Amino acid sequence: MNLMMLLEMAASSFGDRTAVTNGSDSLTYTELFDAAGAAAARIADSECEYSGLVDVNTLAVPIALFASAWAGTPFSPLNYRLTETELDALLARISPAFVVTDSDRAERLAGHDALTIVQREDFVASARSGAVLDRPWSMDPEDIAVLLFTSGTTGVPKAAILRHRHLVSYILGSVEFAGAAEDDAALVSVPPYHIAGMASIASSVYAGRRIVQLENFSAEGWIETARNERITNAMVVPTMLVRIIDALDREGDANLPHLRAISYGGAKMPQPVIERAMELLPQVDFTNAYGLTETSSTITVLTPQDHRDAAASDDPAVRRRLSSLGTALPSVEIEIRDESGEPVPAGEWGEIHVRGEQISGEYLDQGSRLSDQGWFPTRDRGSLDADGYLFLEGRSDDIIVRGGGEHLTG
Amino acid sequence: MAQLTVGTRLRSAVCETEVMVVGAPEGDVELTCGGAPMIGIDEQPPEGGSVDPAAAEGTAVGKRYTNDAGDIEVLCTKAGEGSLGLGGEILGQKDAKALPSSD
Repeated sequence: MNLMMLLEMAASSFGDRTAVTNGSDSLTYTELFDAAGAAAARIADSECEYSGLVDVNTLAVPIALFASAWAGTPFSPLNYRLTETELDALLARISPAFVVTDSDRAERLAGHDALTIVQREDFVASARSGAVLDRPWSMDPEDIAVLLFTSGTTGVPKAAILRHRHLVSYILGSVEFAGAAEDDAALVSVPPYHIAGMASIASSVYAGRRIVQLENFSAEGWIETARNERITNAMVVPTMLVRIIDALDREGDANLPHLRAISYGGAKMPQPVIERAMELLPQVDFTNAYGLTETSSTITVLTPQDHRDAAASDDPAVRRRLSSLGTALPSVEIEIRDESGEPVPAGEWGEIHVRGEQISGEYLDQGSRLSDQGWFPTRDRGSLDADGYLFLEGRSDDIIVRGGGEHLTG
Repeated sequence: MAQLTVGTRLRSAVCETEVMVVGAPEGDVELTCGGAPMIGIDEQPPEGGSVDPAAAEGTAVGKRYTNDAGDIEVLCTKAGEGSLGLGGEILGQKDAKALPSSD
């Protein structure tokens, strides 16, 4: 198994469709496949063990993700908001590394011996013109696809390992191949170093849904792009949705004619916010998704029908589901356990444990946190109602809230 | 006959079909396509082979196929004219539950 297999299927089945758009520039699936191959050759030439990226959303992100899968280097997108000291500490942990970054940072990092620094525009240009790597990608499912440093308020950031088998299982279990319509377009404004940023690339490629990148989130920029690029799908975190709704309210015109679906996650959504959003955008299907870095993104969804049923119900137990995380994906099991590790009855609170082929629960240098039976303790407290709807009590570890409308959890 | 492992890629000897094994039974089995045993993804199909009319319903890219017992599952990565089979049984298309896009 390898993420490249997903891109190969897309390129050979609908290669002429646009895969990703950034401003006035874009790549088709065939162009993305060829660019990944050429960039893989460059990564292989560098003889680095890892590949990384310190940058906002640009065409370099999907190219670097798939090129790393082809070359066989674990890909680590890093948080571009970190201080120089923090960033250097993370880079030291993935050295020797081939790192794609913006021109300012490329200049500063040029002195690091163990790093091959490549400026973003140069990386994309050479990927578009070079020859593809002359060996096939590995199909070993144990190979590491992505390394994501999880943020925490204290201590050293943990590097969560996502192997090809985790990410490919997630995509095969949750996305229908070529399931998107030809004019579908997904607006991606979560940063590349977030699991949702990585998952959105793999999901959209497999579904055949065009990705439209937003380099930095602002409510006005999001609304403008949604209109100009005829966006049909978008994923937002709750703070982004609050700001989008405020901007639409100020404008007095909630006209987003092409938008059909918004998914949200990453932090708890206040019930009044989602109720207002459903009023303001009645044609939009809302999906709430819950997942962690260590679970390869989504493990539960509150579907559009769940939203409508809850909003229309007079039964408080059903209405309350608007603030739930929905039910487990068919390929994922969930249990709520007490402090002694015993499962608790429906309606009671405890720690959320999850199991499934997409669950990693493994960290670089620290090993696996999975139990012998494959269960991952999320450290989130929650409860399941009688129908399997999951409620989150607030994270028992920590929630990081930064400026720029990004909640970064886990 | 061979023990299949998850992640193994195979191609049809008589049509364009390619698959990846997603779930495999214990023990040696023979996966067929178009009535002929499938071969390794890097092997050359023998010349002159043709799809058995009794196994010619075709495969569709992106679809998963399984047997009645549910102990084998393969993902079609390239479509072809033959049908997949195991031990004389034609594999059926597995219906995936439609999920809303979440990321």
